[in-house]
Amino acid sequence: MRKFSAFAIAREAMRQHKGWEAQWTSPEPRKDYDVIIIGAGGHGLGTAYYLAKEHGITNVAVIEKGWLGGGNTGRNTTIIRSNYLYDESAGIYGHAHRLWDGLSQDLNYNVMYSERGVLMLAHNVHDVQSFKRHIHANRLNGIPNEWLTPEQAKEFCPPLNISKTSRYPIMGGALQRTGGTARHDAVAWGYARAANDRGVHIIQNCEVTGITRGPNGEVTGVETTKGHIGTKKIGVVAAGNTSVVMEMAGIRMPLTSYPLQALVSEPLKPVFPCVVMSNTVHAYISQSDKGELVIGAGTDQYPSYSQTGGLHIINHTLDAICELFPMFTRVKMMRSWGGIVDVTPDRSPILSKTPVPGLFVNCGWGTGGFKATPGSAHAFAHTIARDEPHKANAPFTLDRFRTGRLIDEAAAAAVAH
Amino acid sequence: MSGAYRIAGKGRLTPARQARFSFDGKFYTGLEGDTVASALLAHGVHLMGRSFKYHRPRGPISAGSEEPNALINVARDATREQPNVRATVQEIFEGLKTNSQNRWPSLEYDIGAVNNLGAPFFSAGFYYKTFMWPKAAWKHVYEPFIRAAAGLGVAPKEADTDHYANRYAHCDVLIVGAGIAGLSAALAAAQTGASVIICDEQPEVGGALHYEAGTTVDGMPGFEWAQKTAQKLAAMDNVRLLTRTTAFGYYAQNFISLTERITDHQAMVEKSAPRERLWQVRAKRVILATGAIERHMVFDGNDRPGILLASAARTYLNHYGVAVGKKVGVYTAHDSAYEAAFDLKRAGVEIPAIVDTREKPGDAVMAEAAALGIKVLTGHAVIKTSGRLRVTSMTVGRSTKGTTTKYEIDALIMSAGWTPSVHLFSQSRGKLTWDADNARFVPGTHAQDCLAVGACNGTDGLANTVEEALGAGELMARAAGAAADAEKLSLNTETAFEWTGGMVGASEGAGPDTVAKAFIDFQNDVCAKDIRLAVREGMRSIEHIKRFTTNGMASDQGKLSNMHGLAIAAEALGKDIPEVGLTTFRAPYTPVTFGTIINHARGSLFDPTRKTPMHDQEAALGAVFEDVGQWKRAWFFPRAGEDMHAAVNRECKTVRETVGMFDASTLGKIEVVGPDAAKFLDLMYTNAWDSLKPGRAKYGIMLREDGFIYDDGVVGRLAEDRFHVTTTTGGAPRVLQHMEDYLQTEFPHLKVWLTSTSEQWATVAIQGPKAREVIAPIVDDQDISNEGLPFMSVVECKVLGGVPARLFRMTFAGELGYEINVPADFGPALWDALYERVEAAGGCAYGTETMHVLRAEKGYIIVGQDTDGTVTPYDAGLGWTVSKKKTDFVGIRGLKRPDLVAEGRKQLVGLKTRNPKVVLEEGAQIVADPNQAKPMTMIGHVTSSYWSEHLGSSIALAVVVDGHKRKGETLYIPMEKETIAVEVTDTVFVDKEGSRINV
Amino acid sequence: MLLIHCPYCQEERPETEFRHGGEAHIARPTNIADISDEEFEAYFFIRSNEKGVTFERWRHAHGCGRFFNAARHTVTDKFIKVYKAGEPKPTLAELGLESGESQ
Repeated sequence: MRKFSAFAIAREAMRQHKGWEAQWTSPEPRKDYDVIIIGAGGHGLGTAYYLAKEHGITNVAVIEKGWLGGGNTGRNTTIIRSNYLYDESAGIYGHAHRLWDGLSQDLNYNVMYSERGVLMLAHNVHDVQSFKRHIHANRLNGIPNEWLTPEQAKEFCPPLNISKTSRYPIMGGALQRTGGTARHDAVAWGYARAANDRGVHIIQNCEVTGITRGPNGEVTGVETTKGHIGTKKIGVVAAGNTSVVMEMAGIRMPLTSYPLQALVSEPLKPVFPCVVMSNTVHAYISQSDKGELVIGAGTDQYPSYSQTGGLHIINHTLDAICELFPMFTRVKMMRSWGGIVDVTPDRSPILSKTPVPGLFVNCGWGTGGFKATPGSAHAFAHTIARDEPHKANAPFTLDRFRTGRLIDEAAAAAVAH
Repeated sequence: MSGAYRIAGKGRLTPARQARFSFDGKFYTGLEGDTVASALLAHGVHLMGRSFKYHRPRGPISAGSEEPNALINVARDATREQPNVRATVQEIFEGLKTNSQNRWPSLEYDIGAVNNLGAPFFSAGFYYKTFMWPKAAWKHVYEPFIRAAAGLGVAPKEADTDHYANRYAHCDVLIVGAGIAGLSAALAAAQTGASVIICDEQPEVGGALHYEAGTTVDGMPGFEWAQKTAQKLAAMDNVRLLTRTTAFGYYAQNFISLTERITDHQAMVEKSAPRERLWQVRAKRVILATGAIERHMVFDGNDRPGILLASAARTYLNHYGVAVGKKVGVYTAHDSAYEAAFDLKRAGVEIPAIVDTREKPGDAVMAEAAALGIKVLTGHAVIKTSGRLRVTSMTVGRSTKGTTTKYEIDALIMSAGWTPSVHLFSQSRGKLTWDADNARFVPGTHAQDCLAVGACNGTDGLANTVEEALGAGELMARAAGAAADAEKLSLNTETAFEWTGGMVGASEGAGPDTVAKAFIDFQNDVCAKDIRLAVREGMRSIEHIKRFTTNGMASDQGKLSNMHGLAIAAEALGKDIPEVGLTTFRAPYTPVTFGTIINHARGSLFDPTRKTPMHDQEAALGAVFEDVGQWKRAWFFPRAGEDMHAAVNRECKTVRETVGMFDASTLGKIEVVGPDAAKFLDLMYTNAWDSLKPGRAKYGIMLREDGFIYDDGVVGRLAEDRFHVTTTTGGAPRVLQHMEDYLQTEFPHLKVWLTSTSEQWATVAIQGPKAREVIAPIVDDQDISNEGLPFMSVVECKVLGGVPARLFRMTFAGELGYEINVPADFGPALWDALYERVEAAGGCAYGTETMHVLRAEKGYIIVGQDTDGTVTPYDAGLGWTVSKKKTDFVGIRGLKRPDLVAEGRKQLVGLKTRNPKVVLEEGAQIVADPNQAKPMTMIGHVTSSYWSEHLGSSIALAVVVDGHKRKGETLYIPMEKETIAVEVTDTVFVDKEGSRINV
Repeated sequence: MLLIHCPYCQEERPETEFRHGGEAHIARPTNIADISDEEFEAYFFIRSNEKGVTFERWRHAHGCGRFFNAARHTVTDKFIKVYKAGEPKPTLAELGLESGESQ
């Protein structure tokens, strides 16, 4: 892999950029691999990368039915934060957060990780109690998170409306200064390039249609639109399509897939310095490096694989945005889109071995998986390579729904963004 | 007056009707009906904007909403500033103020244009490859620099003073686009009696007829026919014609959203007029007549001001009466540009040459060109152009290698053919098919009840279009059920030329291995070579190419660029275009203001506000309210000089010493009635209800099936078959849903009826030692003594001389207490009567904060504060509510799961701080060992914490691992600056034996 | 916004009048207190999450208040059939679909 650098760009500028090589190749699948990852989103590609880098397992294929990074990785609003409530969540999201810092250098790919701060707004007494609970728990877990008064919040985010007379006045906010955003495509591409460089095969436009099993029920490979591919270990990282893939191995999942919409405005000169989230009024907003306001909407109420949703969902979200930022009513929506998010009953992910030998699953990230990408990928690679979980993902088992040991972030926050 | 490039006798505007407007502080005179672009072009001004990345000078390329270049700022005043307005769409009016964007210090001299010099370095995706070293420099140097360069227009700084509106509409047939196809379809549909809505984004109907000069329909010039037809349609009762109205979204089940722009073109705006209106239309059938958009030619230097689409030049001439130049070059691969050249030539504009990439253009246009004396260079290309702020020449040759000729020009018009506007069809989830002969995607399989007609359907030729549209109009109206008799319609059309030709992708000089700045996406400065670079770097999917190069991601969303980008990618990949695929079309068709989308939902209409019947009384007493869900609840009642703390202390003290009154109306109330009512409640609550006698009440706990506490409240049994159930304030709707769910789907055999009565009853709680004497005079003929109405009982009686009431003897404060429910309309009267008595007794009104303190002193939980969805009744110390005898209730199995019966669960306890003056912070975390390193092992958290004026000390409730076994233990709460030691206690702080209640 | 035909009101109404009620035809075990942890997990947490025809519950919350069932395709979001609670789950043939066409 030829290294990316300012020098490389200058060199290529001299020769009309003719010397760049493909960031990843498009190989035909081998007969078999040591590990097959199903799903080439950020989590799946990252898993392959860490399998190669940390565990020396390079005979790996990542199989993708569409184009890499084309699922929720390329459709989310790129919020990164780790100020979750429970120790278990702090463990996995904190693990991710530490990996974000330095990921560009690790991958030699600028993922534009931006620590611009994530501000979560409290609109009522219940929010204040809940956020303070988060802040105290985070502090003792060594995770930054601080309380801001409405005035401090306004100072941090000048467009914010802190009028006492608004419908839901702002009573303060929890700020994670090290929270922020990253460039979503670059995360997928950076992992793809780095994994490819270590020998991982990324096989796009190849749909898995079945999972083959041996005499003891163990996995032996996958049936795909490009034929059978053998393996002893499969990691399913298929987000909204997880239920469909797991069903191929006879495993029914505690998941429901919902449409989740997002939108961007036309590009504007810098006006919004940070990320603001309000779970109470359902508003999630930041400004991209191109100048677009990036706004996350809620899920539709019914399960769907359509990657579209209703206008009333967008409508509700923009109501909230303009309530918090009344000067934005004249800003224009430029593009809206939808993804499919897989949601668990306790709104926490599953990164786990399964009852099928050799089959591993990483799913259930709901509306907030992007932020976890490096941590999830790193821990999942560990789980697959060692056949036992990393301490960061040990609590996120599939069997917690049997035992009742839930990690209920939904109980602590209306939406687990 | 209205510009040196205005051609007398051309166009459809009235020369006498002038309007003055400004652009970048300079005043210009235009004509009513002009857009900013046409009015400026009339004055010879092409330079209207700067591109995003390289800050290249740009003029309008189009005459419509697909414009990527000429984006301006329009401001009526500081509160009504609109960035990113297309100069090609904004109509002028007297006094209009406009400014250019993305330039400093001026449009002519823009410092940002240095980026253009650095262009070789700023290749597509360059930022992914650099700015990584040293690591800290990203955050402190590179990122701030990149972010500062973002954006085009400037966001408004002040809240918008305009307002926006919303309409819902239903119709048999919605027709999108009022060009000749849409109007024809509307005529045919309307005469069947169908209800028809037809909309068009432009100020007047006509669509492509705007630029046509020689076309006639029914013997009239096409544009005139369109206006006459519009009048005819508008006069019909069953037709609604909406102009300046863009259909921007096509959702499931023929739900289409439109945005109507109402005042942006008006000099004087009526205060009552909404600026824009959202239409949410549910149509039985939809006809898409959205036309096609002309493509530009992709060649070196194709972005200079003065270079436009041929159809745009024709629109400026034939509609606005404006010539885009005096010496206009033509570069084309399609016949459409010839007609533009002919019209310009006839208007006196010099046409140095028509440069056509084709060896054999259509015979008809060739003959006409010869007749007009226009030189046509077939098989030729424009190799490059020159000119800094305006194109000044084009260099023409057969190829870049051979001899070339330079032509002096001041404008260049171009056409690479037409791209059908399939956006809405694709949004409807219809599948597109590839028409290889004409290199275009056209509607294929429909996913919804819609038809595409005319140019957007790939239908060529005027006669074909009209026939197809008339047929579709009738077909769709009939399919929607319209039954009126109607004659078969037909329209005679004549048009000068049938067009042929077209190309996609780069033309000569911009092909593979060239370094030409041949723009595809103008706004984002994406060139043909950028697409090839993306392919070289391994991008195979068109989505990757789009995202890597940002092609098609500008505010025109690829209306001009997508097909070219696709063709160049296909060529570089050695694949056919349909194999490379097409990026998904998404709403909105053109950008839509947030204001339109949210319309009325601003300020107080953002979300409904629920107020209790006594809200005004409480406000008059000076109550401060808090938001609880949609409710406004009285939080505390400060008196002169009191802060919240002082007010709450006084309220608490008053209740404990004399009496207080509290508005409990927001609590959810459900009437559970029927012979099986008790059986049903047995299933819904952990408690046993069968044994509860009529006239008695009981505190109930409701679980979800998973065993965790879902809601709580007091339930009174009014009769054998009638219960008055109360829920938490926030829980009312979900508890009813939960009950209905089980009643209808799991226990339908039970004879029970559920009715929400939350808003039917106004409820006042009277708590404190003097409660009985306060209410005695207002209760009619009912024994309220401790014997006559003992603790936890309920009676239906009359109050205030005849008002029906439900009187509960109960307390959430740990005092002698009553809750009086009266029909909501009597709430204010009840409040007033009670307040008078309470005040006379030395009592006061109290709010939710005092209610919280008093209940915490008694260890009563608040669901959602002391529980969080992971707490069982046993955890909360409420195991006594779980009936041991019942064999079934919701949650019975969930409660037995391994983790719910394991050791080490968090359990509700009381906490006392070692220093009684210290009030803990709610949410503070609890540890056993305060000296451990982070991450610390947390064993619980403070759920409720208050100053108890009654005890003269702080109190707190907390959930702690194995809390029930830890009574007396000292635990620690590490705060930021100090560690607070606490003792684990019982949850009841006041009156453990309940002697204050049972009196 | 979906249009939903309420089988009780016999009318198509906008989605905002309705509340989605999760997967249909998951009967609460009559002996729920006695089922195993695995059976409880299957009953309460595990869901089909069909990509294709799904059977689901809706409640006409801001209308008649009744729960009913619907067969809907989760890729197109099209309703194939709505039917009253308690009516048996339609077979694919009854929905006019061939087996294998459910996706």
